[in-house]
Amino acid sequence: MTQDADKVLDHFELFRGAEYKEMFANKRANFENTHPDAEVDRVREWAKTKEYQEKNFAREALVVNPAKACQPLGAVFVAVGFEGTLPFVHGSQGCVAYYRSHFSRHFKEPTSCVSSSMTEDAAVFGGLNNMVDGLANAYSMYKPKMIAVSTTCMAEVIGDDLNAFIKTAKEKGSVPAEFDVTFAHTPAFVGSHVTGYDNAMKGVIEHFWDGKAGTVPKLERAENGSINFIGGFDGYTVGNIREVKRIFDLMQVEYTIIGDNSDVWDTPTDGEFRMYDGGTKLNDVANAVNAKATISMQQFCTEKTLELVRNHGHEVLAFNHPVGVAGTDHFLMEVSRLSGKPIPAELEKERGRLVDAIADSNAHIHGKKFAIYGDPDLTYGLAAFLLELGAEPVHVLATNGNKAWAAKMQALFDSSPFGANCKAYPGKDLWHMRSLLFTEPVDYLIGNTYGKYLERDTGTPLIRIGFPIFDRHHHHRRPVWGYQGGMNLLITILDKIFDTMDAKTNVAGQTDYSYDIIR
Amino acid sequence: MSKLRQIAFYGKGGIGKSTTSQNTLAALAEMGQRILIVGCDPKADSTRLILHAKAQDTILSLAAAAGSVEDLELEEVMKVGYRDIRCVESGGPEPGVGCAGRGVITSINFLEENGAYENIDYVSYDVLGDVVCGGFAMPIRENKAQEIYIVMSGEMMAMYAANNIAKGILKYANSGGVRLGGLVCNERQTDKELELAESLAKKLGTHLIHFVPRDNIVQHAELRRMTVLEYAPDSKQAEEYRTLARKVHANAGNGVIPTPITMDELEDMLMEHGIMKQVDESLIGKSAAELVAEAALVA
Repeated sequence: MTQDADKVLDHFELFRGAEYKEMFANKRANFENTHPDAEVDRVREWAKTKEYQEKNFAREALVVNPAKACQPLGAVFVAVGFEGTLPFVHGSQGCVAYYRSHFSRHFKEPTSCVSSSMTEDAAVFGGLNNMVDGLANAYSMYKPKMIAVSTTCMAEVIGDDLNAFIKTAKEKGSVPAEFDVTFAHTPAFVGSHVTGYDNAMKGVIEHFWDGKAGTVPKLERAENGSINFIGGFDGYTVGNIREVKRIFDLMQVEYTIIGDNSDVWDTPTDGEFRMYDGGTKLNDVANAVNAKATISMQQFCTEKTLELVRNHGHEVLAFNHPVGVAGTDHFLMEVSRLSGKPIPAELEKERGRLVDAIADSNAHIHGKKFAIYGDPDLTYGLAAFLLELGAEPVHVLATNGNKAWAAKMQALFDSSPFGANCKAYPGKDLWHMRSLLFTEPVDYLIGNTYGKYLERDTGTPLIRIGFPIFDRHHHHRRPVWGYQGGMNLLITILDKIFDTMDAKTNVAGQTDYSYDIIR
Repeated sequence: MSKLRQIAFYGKGGIGKSTTSQNTLAALAEMGQRILIVGCDPKADSTRLILHAKAQDTILSLAAAAGSVEDLELEEVMKVGYRDIRCVESGGPEPGVGCAGRGVITSINFLEENGAYENIDYVSYDVLGDVVCGGFAMPIRENKAQEIYIVMSGEMMAMYAANNIAKGILKYANSGGVRLGGLVCNERQTDKELELAESLAKKLGTHLIHFVPRDNIVQHAELRRMTVLEYAPDSKQAEEYRTLARKVHANAGNGVIPTPITMDELEDMLMEHGIMKQVDESLIGKSAAELVAEAALVA
């Protein structure tokens, strides 16, 4: 082999060596049974045509690269947002490994989560024993303040009853009777991670407000002036929650963030391992019943949760991941109305700076065409921001978007002259997006890391905004909400525009008359 | 509005659950009660007598056609039949494939989420067979059916099934609020049937709500896809169902946590009533012909 202990080659170099090249060629010739190159090229070209797109969009029983994850991922996201809370997924181990690695790859932080480790016998006889033993082990080993239970497909298919199981486990002494164990059924074959977020958040709030599964009296609401804030499933939660806290503090608003993941996914390296860090205090969740109003930053993440909250007499407001000037204006004005607190001069100044920055760069964004994919609320917020910048969000796709989302997107397009040629695609996947990028090309694609394959195949430059982002580091630490967040987004978009411009003008003697120092 | 009563009919397959439940519910509707029937049987025949239909389009079949359950509207799955009784069938897979229990879970979740339980007095679940898995236990989970009525007869296996269902209820009764409302005996004209049914009810810690006599008019009504209440409202059998309905209506809050018995106790009970002779171990596993031959030999 060509590896040498004194000079270890990484995979970029190693597999390009002559030995490996020969090995790959042999494997291809003798074992892969491939089609001739010409045939592969013919099909590749055909897949770029309108004809292929029509077949692609007629697909019924196949999904290729869905831009969504499953419910329990959202449930785990919710769980780690509470003080000392251990996410406990009732089901098979492999699923839980996926949630942990998915979050760790995005946030570059460990994500603690346990499984009840159901195997074949549990699928036949039910997972009660796994719940009883699992809760006992999790409680004694990891000493959480609360355990938030959700489920994988396996437990859901056989119909395990979490409420009854948890009660039985408490009777058998797995955890003390008064220990908080919230639960949510999160079948992964229904909805997506945003549905799971909704179910789990509803489960936690219901537990604290509505009598802890019948073990204590329901809370009586005594209204105070406070505001509850629910962020929704958000890849930028670390930066965003901190930014929202800063804004609320500046405005001197009394608030409770319900589900605060900003510390647990950004723990310092100072010699101490923090399995739990930060999070909403359990007392604060209970007291949140007394708030005047509850704000959700993401409507489609919190539909059932907000219904529950509304039934407790709260005024309820749902935004769609508001970003940019108008989105943030709307958000701040509503917070000001609800709290009776004025918007401070400092925030007005930030607004002015964002408007200034947009004006400075307007020439480069105005009229540019974009494709966006991601979660329903995020895509709405980004599309609104692009329209505000005078760009055209031509294709907006959400695999987990429904008809209501599509109607809302269309209303947004109709509200702007730049929306005339734009279309929303609910329930479609990234293979549909691939066809669209070939037949109706755009200037830039906005999406998560998985978009890099679309960037490679279609040549559409990818601007990484969304979840998960595995191949760029630390962006989740910066907010995208608030005027500062709008500034971050603007910069992210502009950086790609300028990089692309440079890459297209850098051939010496041919295009370098446009390879400018100043853009 | 009076408190929503959630009841469920369980029983061995073929015992006459659907017939008994639909006739009883029709009688309750006569009494002015607003009723929703949720059929939890892949055969989807829990509502045919109310709707005069062969089989209602089920939630699962409509969901399969629409793409997913999330694409369904409540109006598409809920039909209104005799005396404004609202009917829903959960449906399920073809025999031999898939998971019927999962179908029940999916359907009940759909109905709850879409507000099917608003403005009604009674929800009745009609559930196939024993409590065999989480799906068939769905209707007896917390906040679902509070009273279970077991339809049975004097046949050994029907009583065996009734006892098994009582075991399922016991399991859930400790953690939730489900109770056994009572037994309903659907007469099969077996020996000492009433006596046996009452005895079993006593053993299970409950009571026999009603003994429904056998009457061929039920068959006549069934062939016309009607309840007896509608087909022959003045008949004696219609009056039986009215009596049953009144008893169920008056039975609110009288449910019990059942005390299921073992197979041995069940057999002992049959012996007590002289249905089974004291078991002579030497006779077990021998055919009638063999026994006759042995008897001849002894003689």
